[in-house]
Amino acid sequence: MSLVAVKRDLCDLCGTCVGVCPVDCMELTETELRIDAETCILCRFCIDICPIEALEMKDE
Amino acid sequence: MSERVSVDVVVVGAGPAGSTAARLAAENGVSVLLLEKDREVGIPVRCAEGVGESSLRKVLEPRPHWIMNTVQNAEFISPSGLHVLVHVGSDRGFVLNRKIFDYELAQMAADAGAEVWTKAYAYDLLRDSEGRVAGVRVRHIGREVEVSAKVVIGADGVESRVGRWAGLKTLTKMHDMETCVQVTAARVEAETDRFYFFFGSQVAPGGYAWVFPKGNGLANVGLGLSGDFSATRKPIDYLQDLLDKHFPGAAILTTVAGGVPCSGTVEKLVTDGLMLVGDAAHQANPVSGGGIAPGMIAGKIAGRVAAEAIREGDVSEKRLRKYVREWDREVGKTHRLFYRIKEGIFRLTDDELNRTAKALQGLAPDEITLKRMFRVALMKQPKLLLDVARVFVG
Repeated sequence: MSLVAVKRDLCDLCGTCVGVCPVDCMELTETELRIDAETCILCRFCIDICPIEALEMKDE
Repeated sequence: MSERVSVDVVVVGAGPAGSTAARLAAENGVSVLLLEKDREVGIPVRCAEGVGESSLRKVLEPRPHWIMNTVQNAEFISPSGLHVLVHVGSDRGFVLNRKIFDYELAQMAADAGAEVWTKAYAYDLLRDSEGRVAGVRVRHIGREVEVSAKVVIGADGVESRVGRWAGLKTLTKMHDMETCVQVTAARVEAETDRFYFFFGSQVAPGGYAWVFPKGNGLANVGLGLSGDFSATRKPIDYLQDLLDKHFPGAAILTTVAGGVPCSGTVEKLVTDGLMLVGDAAHQANPVSGGGIAPGMIAGKIAGRVAAEAIREGDVSEKRLRKYVREWDREVGKTHRLFYRIKEGIFRLTDDELNRTAKALQGLAPDEITLKRMFRVALMKQPKLLLDVARVFVG
């Protein structure tokens, strides 16, 4: 199974990915970007929009 | 068990739009709570910090210590490196220090009577028995709080989840999301009397790169691309190229990422008990991505209308639409034209951009205006020339 993973050392917590997520499965707190894998549809929009390549598709 | 707090207006997000909305609501006599997710208002700064003087003055009198630099010119650089200098003259541009600016806007809201909570994360809406928006659920320094409010103002930026929870369509299309990276750097060799804008498919496809000098060799250097292009190559890689090519001696002090919704205002800005302002409402200028002044203008209208509606005991969508009408008249209508112009500008090929620069270089300096530049650039898209004329009227 695939899922979108956050590279925590790179992520700048800017929220650009959250703004394009079509299923609102991302949550950005002060310190963390979380993705709800249950809701995520693996559309890759977040990976594609990220300004700094801080998101990636991972096989579990 | 969560705690309960009750206010007239709760504002989610203490950027310029949210703080201005909070201040105006408080000044108009209702109780206000302003929530900021981060530990400190104003930080981090995800912004190029440029704003037009005349637009800012529509909301408040600028304080000198907010302003790091004042510019009178804009320099445009075509893909082949042709320079076009546009003197903007009477409408000067400011480069703000947003750390201080945002902080003081929140303080002004507090001075007007608003409460401010930092490290306060809104994660859901409260609803009344009929399903109408009735507040927000907040995590605030280790406690859960139900903040009930007559009006919720979503000023939660590019993420814009508050609006989505209420059923408003705040999702930004990939095409309209400008995905950006910026450095604040020392030893940037640039004239301080101007903003620089670089265009081209190799520089920033579907967007542009900027240099906003702050004085003493300090500058914001950044760029944004349309989300149509960021899958194959990232903004950070384009920015590295720009720095290597134009500012090899720069010393980077800060790097920030960020996104700007450049779609023009969201179709529906209000619903019963809820209003959206700022980036959350897609209120940045679709061509420039500049969102400070428009967000504050929206905040000014929304804060006042929310207070009036509460005093009258009617916070229905119909009543709150007064904000939408005023926003539309003051800015929203123009942004719809700017959106069409953006679509025309970002469709231009490198050749067309170079030809535009060449044509403008043939003019006397005082003949080169922004309006003229857009007209020349969009010569082959005559339908847009009318939009350009409308945007630059008066």
